Parts: sequence; C-alpha cells; structure tokens
Amino acid sequence: MPERVDALTTRCIARALGIAIRVATHAVTGVRAIRSAAPMADRPRVYFANHASHGDIALIRATLPKSARPSRPVAGSDYWDGSALRRFLARHVFDVLRIDRTAAWIATVPLNRMIDALDHGDSLILFPEGTRNASGAPLLPFKCGLFYLGQSRPAIELVPVWIDNAGRAMPKGRWFPVPILCTVSFGAPLRAEAGEDKAAFMRRAEAAVLALQPGTGATP
Amino acid sequence: MNDESLLQTKQLLLAGAFSVLVVASVVGAALKLRFARGRSHTVIDNLNSRIKAWWVMVLLLSVSLLAGPTVTVVLFAFMSFVALREYTTLCATPPADHTVLAVMFYAVLPLQYVLILGGWERLFEVFIPVVAFLLLPIVACIGTDRDRFLGRIATLQWGVMVCVYCLSFLPALLALDIAGFEGRNVFLIAWLVIVVQGGDVLQYIWGKLLGKRRIAPVLSPSKTLEGLVGGVATATLLGASLYWVTPFTPLQSGLMSLLVCLVGFGGGLVMSAIKRDRGVKDWGTIIEGHGGMLDRLDSLVFAAPVFYLAVRHWWAR
Repeated sequence: MPERVDALTTRCIARALGIAIRVATHAVTGVRAIRSAAPMADRPRVYFANHASHGDIALIRATLPKSARPSRPVAGSDYWDGSALRRFLARHVFDVLRIDRTAAWIATVPLNRMIDALDHGDSLILFPEGTRNASGAPLLPFKCGLFYLGQSRPAIELVPVWIDNAGRAMPKGRWFPVPILCTVSFGAPLRAEAGEDKAAFMRRAEAAVLALQPGTGATP
Repeated sequence: MNDESLLQTKQLLLAGAFSVLVVASVVGAALKLRFARGRSHTVIDNLNSRIKAWWVMVLLLSVSLLAGPTVTVVLFAFMSFVALREYTTLCATPPADHTVLAVMFYAVLPLQYVLILGGWERLFEVFIPVVAFLLLPIVACIGTDRDRFLGRIATLQWGVMVCVYCLSFLPALLALDIAGFEGRNVFLIAWLVIVVQGGDVLQYIWGKLLGKRRIAPVLSPSKTLEGLVGGVATATLLGASLYWVTPFTPLQSGLMSLLVCLVGFGGGLVMSAIKRDRGVKDWGTIIEGHGGMLDRLDSLVFAAPVFYLAVRHWWAR
C-alpha cells in the first residue's frame, strides 16, 4: 500500500507542478504559437528547435497541439540528474528522455533509445545544437543525431521550430524568467531523403530553423 | 454628494458610453456591409477594430467605476505589466539585463502600485524618478556585462518611467483630496480616459474625412493638421460637456481637455518615434489586429501625469 500512496502523491505533485509551470509560462512570456503549415497528422514526429534556455522545454510544451502529445524532450542526463529537483522534473513533469552526452563512444545507444520512443508512439523534442546557445550567434552548428534519426525512420516528419526570446526571458544560469514576450514558430516538416548526404541534410535542417526567425520575412 | 446621486452619475456616464459604442458598432457594421461588402477594407476594418478595442476599454472603465479603488489599482498595475513587457521585448534587452528586468518587474512595478493603493503620495510621486532611477543602474553594475552600459540602463529607465510611473498617475487620481468631491475621484479617471481616447478617435475621424496637410510625414503619416485641429476642438467640446462628473466648471473642463489632448497628441508622436527607431509598426499583438497595449495607451501615459499635477495644484487640498 505505501508504494501506491507514494506513487499517487508523486503523480499529484507532478501534475500540480506541470500546471503551475504552464500557467507561469503563459503569464510571464505571453507565449504565442506561429504555425506556417496546417496542423499536422496525428502521429509521432520529431520537433527540432534552437536552444537558448531551459524555458525552451516549457515554451514548446505550452504551444504544441494536443495531437502532438505525449512529446518527450531529449536532453543530457549530466544536467537533469544533477539534483533531486531536476531529477523529479525530468522524470515526472517533463518526461525527459535523458541521454548521456559525455560518452561519445556509445553514440548509438542514445540514438536507439530515441528510435524506441518513436516506435512506442511518443513524439520527441530535440535541440540539435547539443547545448544552450549563449554565443550571440543565432544558431550553433547542429549535431548529427537528427540526420541518423531521419535516416533510420524516413517516414517520420521532422518539424523545424524557432523559439524566439527564450534566451532573454531566462538566460543560461538563471533559474526564473522575466517578462519578455516569446513566440514559438513551427515550420513545414522536413523528411530525410534516401541517400542524402549528411552535410547537405544538416545545412537544410539548420536553414529551416533559421528561416523561422521573426523578422526574416519567412514567417506568415 | 450623497450615495444615490453618486450611483446615478455612474449609471448616466456608463449608459452614455455604452450608447455611443452601440451606435459606433452599428455604424461600423453598416459601413462594412455597404462599402466593403464583406470583403476586407483597410480603413473600415481599422475603424471596426478600434471600436472593438473601445468596447474592452469601456468594460474595464465600468469595472473600475463599480468595483472600487483596489480593483482599479490592480487593473492599472496589470496594464503597466503588459505595457512594460511590450516595451522591453521591443527594446532588444540583452540577456545580461536579466537582473535589472527582474527588479523592474517584480519589485519596482508592484511597489509603485502598493504606494498608490496606500495613498502615500509623497512616496509614489518620487519613488520611480528618484529611488528606482538610482537603484536600477546600481543593480546593473552587479552583473558582469557592462557593454553599452549607459544606453541599456537609460532604455530600461525610460520604460519604467513611461509604462509604470506615468500610467500610475491614473489610479493616483484616487488619492487626491478635493473639497466637496469626496468619494468621486474615480470620475477623474473616467473623464481623462474618455477625453484623451475620444480625442484620439476624433482626430482619426477628422483626419480621414478632411486630412490633407501631414504634420509628421515620417513619424506618423496618418496624422494631419486637419485631424489635429478638428479632433482637439471636438474633444474639447466633449470634455467641456462632461464637466458634471468633475470638480471643474464647463470652461475649466474645456481648458483641461485642450491641455490633455495636446499633451496626448505629443505622446502619440513620441511613442511612434520609438517604434520607428525599433523598426516596427505596432508595440505588440495583445489586441486582435490592432497592435499592443502601448499602441492604445501612448497618448494616455503622457496626458495622465500632466492632468494629475494640474488637478493637484489647482483643486486638491
């Protein structure tokens, strides 16, 4: 019995935290979704976005259409296992798919776990820059996990996402947001093409994300 | 003034405002039907979205007339929050400003409205121009990034002044002590909002009907001399005709209207200049098809402090 009570308490706390984070995200950032393509079919897909803030996860979750849930953010276990609170958030609130960023020699293991999640019916939220970008440049060069993911599941839609202003609302190193209006722009989905060159695909993916920046004229 | 006549005045004012809105909405819909025939039409659609924004404004005004001072102050604190958020978003504050922004939004803004709610006028009149003015740059020094320090801090100080300090003079009218006007201060807020915003609309209408000579072709191409003169003149008549909700005589009420409309016109120009500077057309997207909170409040934030000071100087004890 105690375990069941514990599990229930955990679920309640996680649910309450999830709602609190959602409400706070809307209240502070007034987040607005900008969709350039029609709402997409009901199936697992991969969202890949620029990454400047931990707020990114809350912002994407607040703007994803209901049909896209459950969507699991993919993020480094070195960070999300770092403290009890982060572990709780990762496990029970955001349902983060934690991968080991430090062990480059087993790079296929994280990839297989992402593929398993997709096959299980979950959508994924990917930040292919690999880390939060505080460089001042709009985008860091993408890591190639997205390419391998696309090649091994070519039917999956890869949706480019630009998250605007998250790095100003909650920069790296800060744990609470300040009120800056944020937008999340969803672009038209890409697909990996058979036999496509890796470098060419990465360029295509980066360009698709960059084109969604407000003020570049590419958004509606 | 007894409670009954107070309530009657409120009802009369609101009934007047709602009737004007109903007429405006009917005219707007008729124009749309007659001239645009259901298709999109820049001028008529703009007119209709202005009328929509006015419905929201009059509803908010009714809330503050009927619900009492605390709700009114909270309402204006919320409007300050939305306006300041539009301002900081547009002014491209770098991530290094996080701490200063946190102090602005989470300490300075609420404290200013707490001071107003408490009626501590000695404090709320100087809190932002003195205390926050000095505190914000000190806080900014704690950070590590001092690039473009003066420009960044001045931008933020300007934002707090316009979006919090100036706007807070509207609810601050509640704290004035005017002989024979006890319990009726909320009418000063209603009067100012109606005259200044009405002045904006009347300038727009006169400009659309007769406008030829542009006053600021670069900053604000839709502002014309004919619009300004016609709009300010009719808004002055409107203000004078509403003297019965104020402590003013009809003549004083007209002169006050003239003053706040001219200052409000200047405010509209200044806020347009800032938008030009930032390369945008609207401050935000909070009002559908119609820009942000600051697009509606630009004239009011400039008129409010001037009106407050004039009333305090000549009418308050």
